[in-house]
Amino acid sequence: MSWQPLLLSLQVATIAMLLAVVIGTGFAVLLAWKKLPLPDLFGAVISTPLVLPPTVLGYYLLVALGPDSFIGRGYHWVFGTDIVFTFTAAVIAATVGSIPLVVGAVRVGLDAVEPNLIAAARTLGASPVRVLATVTLPLAAPGMIAGAMLAFARALGDYGMTQMLASSRFNGLFGINNTSPASIFVYDQLATPNGETAARNMALATTVLGITMLFFANRLTRRLHRHG
Amino acid sequence: MAELVVDIELSRGSDFQLAVSFVCPPGITCIMGPSGSGKSTILAVLAGLAMPDRGVVTLGGTTWLDRGKSINIPVHHRRLAYVFQGLALFPHMSALHNVTYGMHHIPRPDRAAKAQQLLDRVGVGHLAKRRPRTFSGGEAQRVALARALARSPQLVLLDEPFSALDRELRAQLTGLVRELVAELGVPMVHVTHSLAEARLLADQVVRLEKGKVVATGKPEDVLAKVESD
Repeated sequence: MSWQPLLLSLQVATIAMLLAVVIGTGFAVLLAWKKLPLPDLFGAVISTPLVLPPTVLGYYLLVALGPDSFIGRGYHWVFGTDIVFTFTAAVIAATVGSIPLVVGAVRVGLDAVEPNLIAAARTLGASPVRVLATVTLPLAAPGMIAGAMLAFARALGDYGMTQMLASSRFNGLFGINNTSPASIFVYDQLATPNGETAARNMALATTVLGITMLFFANRLTRRLHRHG
Repeated sequence: MAELVVDIELSRGSDFQLAVSFVCPPGITCIMGPSGSGKSTILAVLAGLAMPDRGVVTLGGTTWLDRGKSINIPVHHRRLAYVFQGLALFPHMSALHNVTYGMHHIPRPDRAAKAQQLLDRVGVGHLAKRRPRTFSGGEAQRVALARALARSPQLVLLDEPFSALDRELRAQLTGLVRELVAELGVPMVHVTHSLAEARLLADQVVRLEKGKVVATGKPEDVLAKVESD
C-alpha cells in the first residue's frame, strides 16, 4: 500500500498547525487586549468556522480564492498559478478550520497567566511587546501547545473543506505527486471495487498517527505545567 | 534630595474613594491602615499600574503623573523597584534571569555578574541557577528584593512583602532592606499591617483610614497613637 496519502496529510496538517498557531495566537492576544473595539463581534467572526458546515466554508473560500477573485488573480500574477485545487489550497482550508480552536486554547492559556507577573515585568522596564514575548506567551505555552494539538487533529481529519477547495488529488512536498490526502483517499477507496482493504489500512494508519501525535503533545503539555 | 510628592484622588463606585496627599523624603515611609483603606492602590498609582481620577505624582522635581496636564510617564519608563505582595517572581526563569530582567540600563555582558553580586549581597547567591518553585518563602523574598533593586531605582515600593514570614526572618529582611535603601538614598514606600515592622523600618509613617490620611509623622508619634486607640 502507498503511504503517500498519509504523508501528504501529515504535510498539510503540520503546516496548517504551524500557521494556525501563529495566526490564532495573534487573534487570542488581540481578543485579550482591553482596548479592542467590538470584541464580541470580533470573537464571533473568528469562531465562525466552528459553526458553519465545512461545505459552506469551503464554498466561501472557493469564492474568495478562486481564479476570478481578487486574491486568486493576485496570486496568479505573482506565482503564475492558481491557488485552488493545489497543496496551498489544502493548507489554507485546514488552517482556516483550525484557527478558532487555537484561539480558544490560547485564550485559556493567557487567562491563566497571573496578572501580577505582567505588572512585575512592566515595573522592571519591559515594553508591552517585551512583556508579551518574554512573560505572557512563554507562560501561556501550555495553552499554545494544546491549541497546536487541536489544530493538528482538526487539520488531519479535515474532509469537507479540503474536498471543496483542493479537490481529490494534488501535489505535496518532497516528491509527493498527484495524491489525495488520507481523509479523501479513504472515501475514494471505499467507492472503488476491492478498495476496502486499502481504505481500512489507511484509516488505521491515520488513527495511529493522530493518537501518537496527541499522546506526545499531552506529555509535553504536562511537562510544561510541571516545570512552569 | 529626591522627594516623592503624592496628591491623588480616585474613586471606584460609591464603595471606595481615595483622596490622599503626602510627601516622602528619601528613606522609608510606611503606609499603614486597615484592609481596604487604599494602601495597595496608592502603590499601583505610584507605579503607573492604576490611573487616579485626579492628581499629581512627582519625584525629585520630575512629574511622573499630572492628570490636569495629561502627563503620564508609562510604567516601563518609571525607574522604580516594586516588590509585590505575592512577589511575582517569573516562574519560568532562574533567579539570575529574574534579576537580569530589569537591567537594561547595564551593558548586556555585565548583567549576569552584576545580578550574581546582588544575589550574593542578599544571601541567595547559591540559588542563581534555580527556578522560583524550589525556593523557600525567605529565599523568594530575597530574590524578589534583588530583582527590584537591580534597576538602580529612584523609588522603591514594597507591598507587604514580609507578611508571610516568621518573626526572625522578617527581622533579618527588614534589616537588609533598611541597609539597601540607605545606600540608594531614595524614597521607599512600604505598605504594611505590622506595627513591629513599621517601628523597625520607618523613618516616617502615613496612617490611612477609609481612603484618607489621618496621621503623618515620625513612627514614635503615629504608632503611639495607633497603640493607644
